[in-house]
Amino acid sequence: MNEYAIEVHDLTKKFGAFTAVDRVNFNVKRGDIFGFLGANGAGKSTTIRMLCGLLQSTSGTASVGGYDINTQPELVKFNIGYMSQRFSLYDDLTVEQNIRFYGGVYGLRNNRLRDRMDWVLKMADLKGRESSLTRTLSGGWKQRLALGCAILHEPKILFLDEPTGGVDPISRRNFWELINRLSTEGITVLVTTHFLDEAEYCNSIILINAGKLIAGGTPSQLKREHIKDPILEVASSNVVEALEVIRVQPWAIETSVFGTKLHVLVKDEEEGKVSIRQTLSANGIQTQSIQRIVPSLEDVFLYLLDKETARAS
Amino acid sequence: MYRSLRPIIIKEFRQIRRDPTSLGMLLILPAALIVLVGYALNFDVKHVPLVIFDQSKTSTSRAFLDKFKQTELFNYRFDVTGYNEIDGHFTNGRAKVAIVIPTNFAEDLLVGRDVRVQILVDGSDANTGAQAIGNAARITADYSTRLVVSAFERMGRQYYQPIDFQPRIWFNPDLLSNQFLLPGLIGFILVLTAVISTSMTVVREKERGTMEQIMVSPLRPRDVILGKTIPYMLIGLVEATAILVLGYVLFDIQVKGSILLLYAGIFTILLGSLGQGLLVSTVTDSQQVAFMISVFSSLLPSFLLSGFVFPVSSMPIVLQILSNLAVNKFFLVLVRGIMLKGVGFSSVWPQFVYMIVFAAVMLGVSTKRMQKRTL
Amino acid sequence: MAIAIETKSLGKSFGGIKAVDQFSLVVNEGEMFGLVGPDGSGKTTTIRMLCGILAPSSGSASILGKDIIKQPDLIKKEIGYLSQRFSLYGDLSVDENIEFFAEINKVYDFKKQREELLEFTRLKPFRDRLAEKLSGGMKQKLALACTLIHTPKIIFLDEPTTGVDPVSRRDFWKILQSLLRQGITIVMSTPYLDEAERCTRVGLMNKGRIMRVDTPENLKKEMEKEVVEIVCDRVREAFRLLSSHHAVREIQAFGDRLNVLVDDANKSLPSLESVLRSNGIVLASSRVISPSLENVFISLLTSNATVEVAG
Repeated sequence: MNEYAIEVHDLTKKFGAFTAVDRVNFNVKRGDIFGFLGANGAGKSTTIRMLCGLLQSTSGTASVGGYDINTQPELVKFNIGYMSQRFSLYDDLTVEQNIRFYGGVYGLRNNRLRDRMDWVLKMADLKGRESSLTRTLSGGWKQRLALGCAILHEPKILFLDEPTGGVDPISRRNFWELINRLSTEGITVLVTTHFLDEAEYCNSIILINAGKLIAGGTPSQLKREHIKDPILEVASSNVVEALEVIRVQPWAIETSVFGTKLHVLVKDEEEGKVSIRQTLSANGIQTQSIQRIVPSLEDVFLYLLDKETARAS
Repeated sequence: MYRSLRPIIIKEFRQIRRDPTSLGMLLILPAALIVLVGYALNFDVKHVPLVIFDQSKTSTSRAFLDKFKQTELFNYRFDVTGYNEIDGHFTNGRAKVAIVIPTNFAEDLLVGRDVRVQILVDGSDANTGAQAIGNAARITADYSTRLVVSAFERMGRQYYQPIDFQPRIWFNPDLLSNQFLLPGLIGFILVLTAVISTSMTVVREKERGTMEQIMVSPLRPRDVILGKTIPYMLIGLVEATAILVLGYVLFDIQVKGSILLLYAGIFTILLGSLGQGLLVSTVTDSQQVAFMISVFSSLLPSFLLSGFVFPVSSMPIVLQILSNLAVNKFFLVLVRGIMLKGVGFSSVWPQFVYMIVFAAVMLGVSTKRMQKRTL
Repeated sequence: MAIAIETKSLGKSFGGIKAVDQFSLVVNEGEMFGLVGPDGSGKTTTIRMLCGILAPSSGSASILGKDIIKQPDLIKKEIGYLSQRFSLYGDLSVDENIEFFAEINKVYDFKKQREELLEFTRLKPFRDRLAEKLSGGMKQKLALACTLIHTPKIIFLDEPTTGVDPVSRRDFWKILQSLLRQGITIVMSTPYLDEAERCTRVGLMNKGRIMRVDTPENLKKEMEKEVVEIVCDRVREAFRLLSSHHAVREIQAFGDRLNVLVDDANKSLPSLESVLRSNGIVLASSRVISPSLENVFISLLTSNATVEVAG
């Protein structure tokens, strides 16, 4: 057994003349929570479909849990769990019937099925709700049940496709605590998402654009290494007027409203602070505070995409 | 007023144009039904497969049998040499009627003894069987009358028939069933397509959420309903015209009465059916359910209860009462009256009154229900 | 500031279930107001009532001084509504969609405004394309253009960024910003608390009720707890170690760091750090960060839950 649960070498997928995935390389460590980010149409889902053994690659190879995706797709499928945003549950079946169904799909029987069902019900906090119709569960419960069904057969690798889209914050936290627990138990988790706050939960992240990898690292690394230009958060007496006067300044690279504050991307922190104060007071707006903030992953992501787009054109 | 309707009408037409499959269905369905009903759904029994067991094998028997071979009522297939063969042909459907000529057919005729010709009929298809017997009996009766006449003539006496039964059929002298069915088909097709297409167009908007956007705008439910009705009314009128033209071209079915009056009737039944479609769309938000309800609420009554195929007068009393719910029942009387009999408004006004009441109820209830959903 | 929206004890029940209950709120003109809450908290129902799609079961509301029940027709001209599903006609082109929504809002001289909106949303090159052939982000922008064609004074956006990727989301926010500059009042609902941070004021909703209404800053200030961010290795082990620490009110493990909620950071941080160090965990950094709206929301929900149990 080697150190990596997923190894991807020069993975490429072409649809006719269109290259959806272009020589992608990455490795996922055993037990990692790995984030795979990209905008819609960047090649995320094509890559995932290949890694799940649903699609053959045009060239390049990948192994998932030690099995080759092109020559052993059936073994790959048997050793992974998959859960998508759309929670593939049957709304008109009960909790228990859903678990039994997925147990059947993976060939679980008798004692094993009973044990796993028990485990899922406990994990998802669904004890006592076995005979509730899935339709009547809240979003958080459904999500945990879907997770339970996806890992009923104890896969070593779990694929999560935008798992917490549209779920309330508390359920979302609980969900990620569960995922953390699973990863402590040695399960490797690969998350695809375009919600950047979801990506914060990952140990390691890669970013894909137009089929190509454009960046990778831990969330902190990405924030530290990529955005060199400081972002200043400006609190003022009137945010709309402040936006109006600052956004037209040549030194303001990017200006946006955040609630009652303004985020301004500048070239230099000190110069920027001075210019902002001057501009605001010249327009009769009172500056309450200016401080540099750590960019969010979303800032990093958008920044990198812009850089790529600029380079491409 | 027109300004409020205009956006909806234009949009509907644009959408109809973008969806040629559905529009095609609206026009191909009637054409297909006409051809099907005109040619296949035919209650006239013709070309019934016939086998002959001629034990006499004389010129006399052949002369008699020629009468069966010449008519298009029967389709002579082959001669057989025994009852077991007839049984075989009946069982596998190669023949439905068999004529058995006795051995001494010619001799008995010559000496004036009673001759028994046996006709065997496959009774599993009751209607065909009954008509085949009737037809065979008529051919035989004709033939024997001719024999009697010539016998009398040979004896130098005048033959006469005490009662001369001379049926004369009005309006549809050839008793062709497509003359009777096709006018009925107009109502059937119009009801079916109008109910389905209106309910679907509204429910589709609900599914997409665009109905909500319309509700947020200053348009009133009345504008929406009218805007949705007008395009489908026009399509319905085009459809009706297509049926009339096809009926004339293919089956020579002409409108004996006033075309204007006929179109007034078509307009009224369309109005009711569009209203029915709108009503269906107010009870459900799913296209599937809307389609099912539309089909059930339009196809069944207008096909089975209206007298389109089965005469209302021969239904059990409960169904006769229920048949009043089928707007097509009244339209049928009207359309058959105008097309086949050429009657005027004075004979079909009760039908008009009923259809107008039906339309008013449908449109009224659906407008009310649409308003109730919002403020 | 003039009042754009005022509701008094607004309520809506569906068959005995109170979807929205005792909802009272004032939104001023020119605000970007965020209704924030989980699925099923009543955000969508509230917006639908304010837009006149649903009749309230109780209470009253007025928009620009007009009663939503008595004067719906006067209100409809002044508001725009963008539903969650970007309700467009997929089989109509971009141009035709805008034309339709202009005309049903009784705007017949819409050509100039349409050009501006197409420019503004950068949809001009796609004007003849059928709406169903647009990407998610473009659909969202087209739906917004259709909402704006009759120059409403207030727009209601129901979870406008659901299912839209970050690039489109940024474009969308830029458009909203310029609307704000034009003085349009924006009311939006969102399940994402990071998005709510961008609103001038937010109303936190749960189970049909509005729990708190204030600016994001004030809400964060009110929370009398502090958030410590600890960047370290072996995050999961660190999480396990600190979960049982007496000073920790709440703890959240991210990919390479922990967010720990404590009553007083200065007092607790040394003790937290020493627990980690004594277990051989290497700390890269630890600092006090400002709490997020998510912290606020969760602490509100949990304190409410305690109240409910106690009561």
